[in-house]
Amino acid sequence: MPAPAASRPVPAPGTDHTVLDAADISRALGRISHEILERNKGADDVVLLGIPSRGVPLAERIAERIAAVEGAAVPSGSLDVTMYRDDLRLKPARTLLPTQIPEGGIDDKVVVLVDDVLFSGRTIRAALDALNDVGRPRAVQLAVLVDRGHRELPIRADFVGKNLPTSLVQRVRVHLTGVDDSDAVVIEGAAS
Amino acid sequence: MNKHLLSAADLSRDDAELVLRTAEEMRSLADRPIKKLPALRGRTVVNLFFEDSTRTRISFEAAAKRLSADVINFSAKGSSLSKGESLKDTALTLEAMGCDAVVIRHGASGAPHRLANSGWVRASVVNAGDGTHEHPTQALLDAFTMWRHLGARNGGTLDGRRIAIVGDVLHSRVARSNALLLHTLGAEVTLVAPPTLFPVGVESWPVETSYDLDGVLPKADAVMMLRVQRERMSGGFFPTAREYSRRYGLDGRRMATLQDHTIVMHPGPMVRGMEITADVADSDRSVIVEQVTNGVAVRMAVLYLLLGGSEPAIATDGADA
Repeated sequence: MPAPAASRPVPAPGTDHTVLDAADISRALGRISHEILERNKGADDVVLLGIPSRGVPLAERIAERIAAVEGAAVPSGSLDVTMYRDDLRLKPARTLLPTQIPEGGIDDKVVVLVDDVLFSGRTIRAALDALNDVGRPRAVQLAVLVDRGHRELPIRADFVGKNLPTSLVQRVRVHLTGVDDSDAVVIEGAAS
Repeated sequence: MNKHLLSAADLSRDDAELVLRTAEEMRSLADRPIKKLPALRGRTVVNLFFEDSTRTRISFEAAAKRLSADVINFSAKGSSLSKGESLKDTALTLEAMGCDAVVIRHGASGAPHRLANSGWVRASVVNAGDGTHEHPTQALLDAFTMWRHLGARNGGTLDGRRIAIVGDVLHSRVARSNALLLHTLGAEVTLVAPPTLFPVGVESWPVETSYDLDGVLPKADAVMMLRVQRERMSGGFFPTAREYSRRYGLDGRRMATLQDHTIVMHPGPMVRGMEITADVADSDRSVIVEQVTNGVAVRMAVLYLLLGGSEPAIATDGADA
C-alpha cells in the first residue's frame, strides 16, 4: 500500500464514501485474472507476488480465479519491500512483513506484482529493486485493484481493477475480508 | 536521543517480540541467492572488541554486511593504555571518524553503559558482552532459537516453557541476560550450579535456583549448558574438573532423562568433556550450530531496528536504565 508521506494533508473526517463494494471487487479481480491469462497466453510460468499487506490476499484471490479457469494452480507468494523504500530513513524503522517466494523461484518466470492501490509508484519501484535481489524474471507485470493517479515515477500498471480519479487530500482505503471485516474500497475525505 | 541496546532488561515484551519477528524475516534471507539487503546502506558499524571473541564478532560483522553497512573492525587487544583512558580515547577517535553504531565487547562490566552515556559518541551502542554483566544479543538469539523450536506448540510464545541454565552462572553474562529476557518473554527459568558458582544477589533475579541437575532435567523444555570460565576464576570454585562434570555436566545418561521435545543449547565456546560430552553436543537434540545461524539473523534484526529508520523502533533508552 502506498504510505502517504507525512506532508500529505489528513482528510476531513465524516466524508467517507464507498466506491467499490464486495461484488465490484469480485468482478474486477475476475477480469484481471482473465486479462493476465490473455496477455500471457495461459498461466504457464506465471508467478503472482503480492505486496504486503493487502496485495497478498489479492494475489491469492487472483491465483484462485486463474486456477478455476485454467484447472492448474498458479504459484502465489508475497514480496516485502520495506527495506527497499526510498523513505526508509525518514521514519522510525518499520516492522518487516513476510516475504514468501513460491517454490521454483522467479528465474525466467513472468512475475505479476499485485498491490491494492497504485499511487506515487514508489512502492512499485521498491518492489522492482527487491525482485532484483531475488532473481531474474523473464518479465514483470503489475496488477492493482485501484489506480488513483498522482504518479511521481514513470510507472504504470498492466492490469487495473478500477481507475479512480482522486485529489491528493483524499485517502483511498482497501478493505479485504481476511485482513478486515468486509470487502470494500473507500475514499476518505471530499474532493477539493 | 539515546538509542542503545545495553541490557536485556531494557527490552519490553513488545520490543523483544518485535526483534524475534524481525529476525524471522531476516533468517529467510539465508535461502536467497543474494544474501544482502539495502537497509543500512551508507551507515558505518564499528566492531570494538577489547576481549577475544570469534563467534560474536564474526556474527555482528556478517549481520552488518548483509544489511549493506560498512564495517570497521577495531581490535583493542594488546593496548597498553589503562582501560578508562583507552575507552575514552578510542571513543573520541571513532566519533571523529564518524560512525553510526558501535558494537562493543569489553572485559569490564558497565563499559558499554559508560560509552553510551558519557557523551563521547553520538552513535548507537550495542553491548556485545561486558565482563560478567550482560550479553543481550546472545540472550535474544537464544530466545529466538527456543521460540522457533518450542513456540509453535505453545501459541507462538514462550509462556510457561521451562528453561534450565546450567553451569558457571557466577561468571556468565549470558546467564544474566537470558534470565532477564526469558522472564520478560514469560518463560520459567531455573538456574542450576554448584553453590560456589551462584552470584551474590541471585535471589533477586526472576528465576528459580537449584543445586540438583538430575532433578531439573526431566521437567525442562530447553537445557542451556554454560562454559566454566576458568580465565575469570582466581580461586577454587570446585574440587576438580572431573567432579564438576560428574555433577553438572550433560552426558548421554542425563540426556536420556529429557522429554522428547527438549532441546540442548550452548552459547559457545564449548569445552567438550567438561560441561557437555561430545555425543550430546553432536546429537539430534543439540541446536548449538543453529544458534550460530540464528545469531546473525538476530543481530541483523537489532541493527535494523536501531539504525534502519530515522529513530530506533525499539525503546531501549540506555540513559534511563
